[in-house]
Amino acid sequence: MARSAKEPDPRQEVAYLQGDGAAAGTLSGLHARLLLLPPYRILVTVLKRLGVSGRNAVIAIPYLWLLAFFLAPFLIVLKISLAEVVVAQPPYTPLFVFVEDGFIAIQASLENYLFLLEDSLYWKSYLSSLRIALVSTVLTLLIGFPIAYGMARAPKRWRFALLMMVILPFWTSFLIRVYAWIGILKKEGLLNLALTQLGLISEPLTILNTDIAVYIGIVYSYLPFMVLPLYANLEKMDLSLLEAAADLGCRPIKAFWVITVPLSLPGIIAGSFLVFIPAMGEFVIPDLLGGSQTLMIGKTLWSEFFNNRDWPLSSAVAVILLLVLVVPIMLFQRMQEKTAKAEG
Amino acid sequence: MKTSAKTSAKTSAKTAAKSTGATHTRQRWEPWNDPNQRPHVEISRVTKRFGDFVAVDDISLNIYQREFFSLLGPSGCGKTTLLRMLAGFEMPSQGQILLEGEDMSGVPPYQRPVNMMFQSYALFPHMNVEKNIAFGLRQDGVPKPEIERRVAEVIEMVQLNAFARRKPHQLSGGQRQRVALARSLVKKPKMLLLDEPLGALDKNLRTQTQFELMNIQEETGITFVIVTHDQEEAMTVSSRIAVMDHGKIVQVSTPAELYEYPNSRYVAEFIGEVNTLEGRVAAREGDHLLVQSQEAGCTIKTGPSADEPAGRQVWIALRPEKVQIALEPPPDTTTNCLSGEVWDIGYLGNLSIYHVKLDSGKMVTATQANRTRLIERPITWEDRVYLTWPPDAAVVLLS
Repeated sequence: MARSAKEPDPRQEVAYLQGDGAAAGTLSGLHARLLLLPPYRILVTVLKRLGVSGRNAVIAIPYLWLLAFFLAPFLIVLKISLAEVVVAQPPYTPLFVFVEDGFIAIQASLENYLFLLEDSLYWKSYLSSLRIALVSTVLTLLIGFPIAYGMARAPKRWRFALLMMVILPFWTSFLIRVYAWIGILKKEGLLNLALTQLGLISEPLTILNTDIAVYIGIVYSYLPFMVLPLYANLEKMDLSLLEAAADLGCRPIKAFWVITVPLSLPGIIAGSFLVFIPAMGEFVIPDLLGGSQTLMIGKTLWSEFFNNRDWPLSSAVAVILLLVLVVPIMLFQRMQEKTAKAEG
Repeated sequence: MKTSAKTSAKTSAKTAAKSTGATHTRQRWEPWNDPNQRPHVEISRVTKRFGDFVAVDDISLNIYQREFFSLLGPSGCGKTTLLRMLAGFEMPSQGQILLEGEDMSGVPPYQRPVNMMFQSYALFPHMNVEKNIAFGLRQDGVPKPEIERRVAEVIEMVQLNAFARRKPHQLSGGQRQRVALARSLVKKPKMLLLDEPLGALDKNLRTQTQFELMNIQEETGITFVIVTHDQEEAMTVSSRIAVMDHGKIVQVSTPAELYEYPNSRYVAEFIGEVNTLEGRVAAREGDHLLVQSQEAGCTIKTGPSADEPAGRQVWIALRPEKVQIALEPPPDTTTNCLSGEVWDIGYLGNLSIYHVKLDSGKMVTATQANRTRLIERPITWEDRVYLTWPPDAAVVLLS
């Protein structure tokens, strides 16, 4: 009160302007001054007429991003998947063909998709990928939950260090870390060496180039993606809920299952998606650690693309992979919305 | 405040008499004065340390069945730690807690016949009101029809019928408080612990809920132990109050005793408004002490008091509402009479508060009920006034 009477109010400088000047602060003052400039003013007026306001522009940015970097590439892949393979540059037939008299014909073939159904290699690869991804996700959850739980319940001063230890492996290249596992898992590798030295085994174990090595690789590589969302979730949990449960006669182990786990469900779901989705299309890990019999769709796709140079077919594989991933997630989301609505 | 506490004591006396069927006289219900009564909870020489910090320092305390017992003190005085030890969330570093004669040390919270209402309410966010309330009964394996019946009963008691299927985040603060209360009551615990149960409610709702709590306590007959820093709340609801400071209990008394006969300046100043005048014992006159006070500028004749040696430093506690303020000097200005200048007047409608600056420079407060209209009020700023009081109003404090 007393201040405004004595000192000049900064707001008063822009007070004669309409609109934005009413809100205080130097930024809006600047904005107000800009509004005085005719070209800016004209631009704003024109854009407003067209329905473009600052608010819409901000909202548009993520949409434009997704449009340019997700939807457009997908449409290109979809287009290629409908073509036929040719020995040319690019190695597929065009979708639109000029025919006589200025007509444009659409030349689309579903042959690639039909071929995916016919040849058992593909659906076997899908199923095998699905199995490996699911098992790896469950394993990652089983290993990641105790880690995240321990981190969230550790004394506050340790938490940052523990968090860094989870993040630190990211500072090394993913490829190098997977290569390192070869050194550990191979016949004369570190693991077999240690186990024979300890006298636990007499013959070296064959782990490398089996599905087990793939599981180890996936679980190791994607563990942080499970731990981090779980940690974020568990860390903000109200511990007095566990005290309340104990007070009402619930033993700690049971309280974990009826209070902690249900409340960490969002973290479990987020972590599982973050592991499952990339594991499903994983190529590097099965290629380096898996054996010749390890069937994964990522590997199949790679060999179609590079070895067979069949872009249309590998595009079809990619489109189906996307559907396999997106459709269940959409169904899941719809189900969640429904239950949320039912609860009111 | 005082009257409500008295009536609550009376009504609980009545219910107690009814339940035993022993007597119809209006006897005062004071189990703590009855040597034949066994305490419901015995806290004996309990100390709790967190590292070097002593949160609870050698406390002994008896709480009796059906009591509404308050632990009152400023934050950090150890009252919550004591409550958490009763619940079993903390174990005493020394000493023991007996519940109905049974040693509770080493008994985890989930095996104690005691329930707690948390300050944050700690409602399970993923369960609706019914499920929250039923949780405790389900842990005990109570048969389903009985769970349903008992849950419906407490929901009725806390008037949440319309909200039984809502989740905690869909409820208002007051409704959540009721759910928390219902959840802790449904198991019919031997003792209900309440940690600042009304702290999050606004003032009107708090006053209303205080009376509801008292009614529920009388209806259920459960021993309530409540932690609060709000002296008015403690005075309203309690049968007895333990005033705590720095991990120790300073005084345990009924609200009326605590107000009328505080045992220290700490208690006197914590419970309500008080003027304290420093002085030295001059002589004894029958039951009374005569205290010479420099600050007061007169001799103070106290209420009935224990004998204290002459020359001992004492403090006289004088409640503002017991002081009479007048423009005319009383016949005897040397005993129980302060004189000074009106420094400030606070007008509260029903009351006026006069801040009087004594000749010694000490500020003294006197409150007067405004029985007449303001316009006719004779005393105003800078008037020379005389403050008098009956000897009984002056309480001797030794510390």
